[in-house]
Amino acid sequence: MAKRNFKILQFTNRLLMLEKALPEDKTILEIREITLRFGGLEALNGLSFSIASHQIVSIIGPNGAGKTTLLNAISGVYPLDSGEIFFRGMPISRLKSFQIAALGVNRTFQQAQLFSNMTVLENVMVGMHPRTKSGFLGGMLHLADERREEKMIQEKAKTLLNFFGLLAKADWMAGHISIAEQKRLEICRAMAGEPELLLLDEPVAGLNIRETEAMGDLIIQLKKTGQTIILVEHNMHLVMGISDWLIVLHHGSKIGEGHPEEMQQDRRVVEAYLGA
Amino acid sequence: MGTKNKIYLLIFTLIILTIPAALQNNYHLMVLNVAALNIIVVIGLNLLIGYAGQISLGHAAFFGLGAYLSAIFTVTFGLPLWPAIILAMAITGMIAFAIGIPTLKLEGHYLVMATLGFNIIIYIVMIQLETVTGGPSGFAGIPRLKIAGFVFDSDLKIYYLLWAVSSGVLLLALNLIHSRVGRAMAALSHNEIAARCAGIDTENYKVKIFVISAALASLAGSLYAHYLTFISPGTFSFFYSIQVVTMVLIGGIGSLWGSVLGAILLTILPEILHAAKEYNVLIYGIILMVVLMFFPQGLFPGIARVFQKRKMDGQAEF
Amino acid sequence: MTLSLQLFQFILSGLTTGSTYALIAIGFSLIHNATGIVNFAQGEFVMLGGMFMITFYSFLKLPMLPAFILTVFSVAAVGLLLEIGPIRRAKSKEILILVMITVGASISIKGLSMILWGKNPMTLPPFSGEAPLFFYGAVIMPQSIWIFGITVGVVFALNYFFKRTMTGKAMRAVAASRRSAMLTGIPVDRMILLSFTLSGALGAVAGMILTPITTTSYDVGVMLGLKGFSAAILGGYGSMPGAVAGGLLLGVFESLGAGLISSEYKDAVAFLVLLIILFLKPSGILGRGRLRRV
Repeated sequence: MAKRNFKILQFTNRLLMLEKALPEDKTILEIREITLRFGGLEALNGLSFSIASHQIVSIIGPNGAGKTTLLNAISGVYPLDSGEIFFRGMPISRLKSFQIAALGVNRTFQQAQLFSNMTVLENVMVGMHPRTKSGFLGGMLHLADERREEKMIQEKAKTLLNFFGLLAKADWMAGHISIAEQKRLEICRAMAGEPELLLLDEPVAGLNIRETEAMGDLIIQLKKTGQTIILVEHNMHLVMGISDWLIVLHHGSKIGEGHPEEMQQDRRVVEAYLGA
Repeated sequence: MGTKNKIYLLIFTLIILTIPAALQNNYHLMVLNVAALNIIVVIGLNLLIGYAGQISLGHAAFFGLGAYLSAIFTVTFGLPLWPAIILAMAITGMIAFAIGIPTLKLEGHYLVMATLGFNIIIYIVMIQLETVTGGPSGFAGIPRLKIAGFVFDSDLKIYYLLWAVSSGVLLLALNLIHSRVGRAMAALSHNEIAARCAGIDTENYKVKIFVISAALASLAGSLYAHYLTFISPGTFSFFYSIQVVTMVLIGGIGSLWGSVLGAILLTILPEILHAAKEYNVLIYGIILMVVLMFFPQGLFPGIARVFQKRKMDGQAEF
Repeated sequence: MTLSLQLFQFILSGLTTGSTYALIAIGFSLIHNATGIVNFAQGEFVMLGGMFMITFYSFLKLPMLPAFILTVFSVAAVGLLLEIGPIRRAKSKEILILVMITVGASISIKGLSMILWGKNPMTLPPFSGEAPLFFYGAVIMPQSIWIFGITVGVVFALNYFFKRTMTGKAMRAVAASRRSAMLTGIPVDRMILLSFTLSGALGAVAGMILTPITTTSYDVGVMLGLKGFSAAILGGYGSMPGAVAGGLLLGVFESLGAGLISSEYKDAVAFLVLLIILFLKPSGILGRGRLRRV
């Protein structure tokens, strides 16, 4: 049953993809009254908001506000207890993570979850998995179609690595590059999936000032290519500098949303952070 | 698959072709033949352990299913040889599919127990269903291997057939690892959640690899049955399951060439140990412990590192 | 014999073997809780229990109680050696590798036993004679009473140890979180060593009380270990009440299977039930499922 629903969603998605990318200001993601509990703890509590495409939206809030849990919910890592998530109008909360990724939502993690048993290049090539199709037979027999696709995968991956400034280290083991490079690699891998929606979980955590600025520039560059980006971050300087829109969470609910300058002045937001 | 692997394959083929001339007697050939069959099982198992990140302590069951099924199909039902072997592979694959789906949702020790339990159940069935399997005294009169009238009736002829098959399996496996599917499997074995979020259907792959590894074990089992023309349940106890897992570990998880080496070494070792008479079990156990204690990455990666120059950024694995 | 009486008989004898499975299962749980690994040599501890007891009591003609105590210490020492040597010295801490090292240890112990004691089955006389007793119409061997009694005694002793003594609580702390235990100054290495030693002792007890009923030989360790492992999983891996429940249940299933279906298939029945339970409730009968946080 779930598989049939997914096939329907895939078909719908392909129809939608025919319109290249969403025109600006169309709602790409809608969160409707979602609740998620861990045992007795309510991590997300009746949360609702919408996100328009071609924007950088930052989700901020004190620790424990539910930001990472929200990303996990969207990417299908945790099931919802109630409510629904709509991606391009399609309900995705009951889909599995890999299906959500195939529909066009890719993400990074708080601590870079790279495949350290593979090279930098191979990590990006893995990212292209949902956009490619050769299977067991093609792989084992090294058929012509598979060979062609492999070549395409390699070239695309190298182009992406170049954009992210990692081409020189393509053959390094992913675990051996610096933290800043690992975080960039994780985003590069996510972009390899050609997502409509990119979720970044604390992309500058652990980076120094210079690396943070570079990451900020990178994210803006990604937005310029038409990418919609949701950012979870603690670094207020970065958030204020690059966001088009802010959503503020506290104890699993939304306590405010708006332009960065408005949110800076909002009384409830300030209280939440200062713990008044 | 990279030039290195192609060179290794070439050397490997040359060695296989020339070794029989250097051997003194049939007994050595027999041991090598069994080694070839073990290679087939171990490669499949390594794909499961090293690439799908799962564990099975029950592969003797699939090996045994292949042996008994194709024996029964040819002897009791009169089917021709190769269709019987392929049918046995198909049925074993289906059984693996059926138990794979619930089993692979388990983790760690539960998975170990489920595969072990499955092995024991099949083993007991082999012993008890006497009218079908011949029971503890075994199943005899299994027809020899042949292709279009040419009968493989000597150890030397079988040697070339079995090593051809096992080289073929090695080739397919090497190709698979360097393909899109191979990367997906390597990803899922390292970090399943990240793999899923990158769009990889991990449950599907796990089951498929389980089925493939079972089918390979079945193929090896069938070839074994038609080689020896006699099989008995004792060969397919879970001790064999442990042996093949050990072969994977000693060769190095995830290293296919290591699997080849591990299979050959651990097939030859018990034969060498026969000379030690009642000390053989003890020595086998000690060797196992020592190798695993000091070479946890397997012998092959360890040896390879000795011969390769190491770059500061580390080598990619093959 | 009426069906209900037969069933009662089967259940009673199942509880007997089940008690030993429970002891073996506790041994598995102990080591798993402290280290996360499955100790495949656990079955060999049981075999050694029988073998050492035979050596001390039947061969060296020591009186029963000293022989009992010596056996427990001897096998506990084997457990200790296993941890101090192969487990601690292993270069890799990967669970699969350590588990396979215990497999190597189990093979080595089996091989050594083969050399020391030969291949023939041996037995112990029952602790208090062979005259069967009658319990509500069912036959029960006096040895069974010893088995129940000793098992209950051991379970109570362990319970007291874990709930009331400092060392026991320290071991539970290590099981709950190794890092926290380290931070509070608990000598984790010593606790791990203790878990192996205790498992050895438990195996010895299980072997000694079981041998008069089932005889022993150098290769009984494998099946016993497997059954004990299944029992631990059945009851919810890692919990002591679970191990006891699992052991008793497994013994009863096996006995019912042997009695009602066929004795050749009894092992298959036991494992089949185990598989079904694993598929339906993977965390075992008393286990708790876990939701993993990312």
